[in-house]
Amino acid sequence: MRFRLLAICHARSGDKGDVGNIGLIARKAEYFPIMKKYVTADLVRKHFEGICRGKVERFELPNLWALNFLLHGVLGGGGTKSLKNDSQGKTLSSALLRMELDIQERITL
Amino acid sequence: MMMDFLAEVTMSIMQKQKRRNPELGYARDLVQIIEQILPTCLEKNIKIITNGGGANPGGCRDELFRWARKKGITGLKVGTVSGDDILDRIDGLSEQGIHLDNMDTGEPLEKISHKVLSANVYFGASSIVEALREGAQIVITGRTTDTALTYAPMIFEFGWSWDDWNKLAAGVVGGHILECGAQASGGNFSAQWEAVPDLAHIGFPIAEAYPDGEIVITKHEGTGGMVTVQTVKEQLVYEIGDPANYITPECIADFTSIELEQLGNNRVKVSGVKGKPATSFYKVSMSYRDGYTAVATLTYAWPDALEKAQAADRILRTRLSDLGLEFEEIRTEYLGLNSCHGPIAEMPEIINEVVLRIAVRSKDHDSAERFGKEVAPLILTGPPGVTGFAGGRPKPSEVIAYWPALIAKNAVTPEVVVEEV
Repeated sequence: MRFRLLAICHARSGDKGDVGNIGLIARKAEYFPIMKKYVTADLVRKHFEGICRGKVERFELPNLWALNFLLHGVLGGGGTKSLKNDSQGKTLSSALLRMELDIQERITL
Repeated sequence: MMMDFLAEVTMSIMQKQKRRNPELGYARDLVQIIEQILPTCLEKNIKIITNGGGANPGGCRDELFRWARKKGITGLKVGTVSGDDILDRIDGLSEQGIHLDNMDTGEPLEKISHKVLSANVYFGASSIVEALREGAQIVITGRTTDTALTYAPMIFEFGWSWDDWNKLAAGVVGGHILECGAQASGGNFSAQWEAVPDLAHIGFPIAEAYPDGEIVITKHEGTGGMVTVQTVKEQLVYEIGDPANYITPECIADFTSIELEQLGNNRVKVSGVKGKPATSFYKVSMSYRDGYTAVATLTYAWPDALEKAQAADRILRTRLSDLGLEFEEIRTEYLGLNSCHGPIAEMPEIINEVVLRIAVRSKDHDSAERFGKEVAPLILTGPPGVTGFAGGRPKPSEVIAYWPALIAKNAVTPEVVVEEV
């Protein structure tokens, strides 16, 4: 089945210099294994192609049903140096929630 | 009550103010806020802890004392924490073999040392605790970690030992939840933003701390917003790196150990937090001048809104190039279309209007200023149907870049002074 991440996750993002962080959280416990299986660092890097210049790291917080992604070089230099409208990466979270997943499992949305 | 005033660039602004007037260099609105709330705080014995002292905690205290004397307030004890400002010590430290290289890139400080505007060590809670133990009702610090403002009173009240890592880490987690104000109580909440009640009167989060390290996040009765496991989770994952190693001056907190539980309406229990011993370093935050930016916006209306905005962008770039101006970067974004999500965004069928946003960064002030002069003529000389330029010419603003470093803890000493008016 196909759906956008928005259907099963919520998220918040922010900045540390030129690194953007996206905390991606499953809306229900049963969605966390799906997130963990499909939303890999590699897929996130591809999703942000043309935006994120550096590597993407992924960390797991199963206690919060969450994944934390660090996107390096995504903020145009970061801080007051960045020329981006969203120089602090506040909207990276919703950009990730646009991602479409195509999964083998059946889940209730 | 804790009040956090310092973003990363704030110290450089305050340092600049202090250079112009040695009595300034702190958050001036802090004094106004304390004047407003102090009567209630004294009546209810609420202590105030804040990093609003910025580059001049002593100056902030002096201003507060001047006001207190005028009001006839006596017996008020105010503590200050300083020693975090190492701007004048950089050369001396270098001679001692402490080099403050960039901890992210590894570059040596010499690269930017002539442009440095501020250099501050992030202290933790220990000096705040010391000031509280000396009887301070208000503690004004320079650069401290945001979380220290929250866990210092827990250590003071419960007498936690400095190697009780789990409890210290629990305090740090409480601090992280509070440090962005209402972001833990329904602000910027993505799971279901439309369900958050009364954002106009949103209540700030409160951490109820218990001696065993358990914390309950709540908010005042009669305020808007909400405290749920989801609102707290969103704040917990905000601006973190490796969640298992959240480094602070006094311990390393493991965010993968946090357990959350909804206890009732607007009450979330935070427990199970594990901590590890602190490192032997403080983080240093330095800022330096790094050129200029300028930003211009123009609004184009239907028909062909996007095509016209794109044409204007090309015309402007040609003019800048003809003038021989050198920019490190020129960035064009179309607000309303893709400035947030870039190529991930999908195009709408009809574009009613679009805001062309062009930003430049240059080494020198003049190029950024000249860019500003090239924008206004586009209204009369470029594509039609353009407006939104009432604000005048874009003005250059200085880039204050950020240089993070580490310093051995034994190279700096926090200075605590408690005085009574």
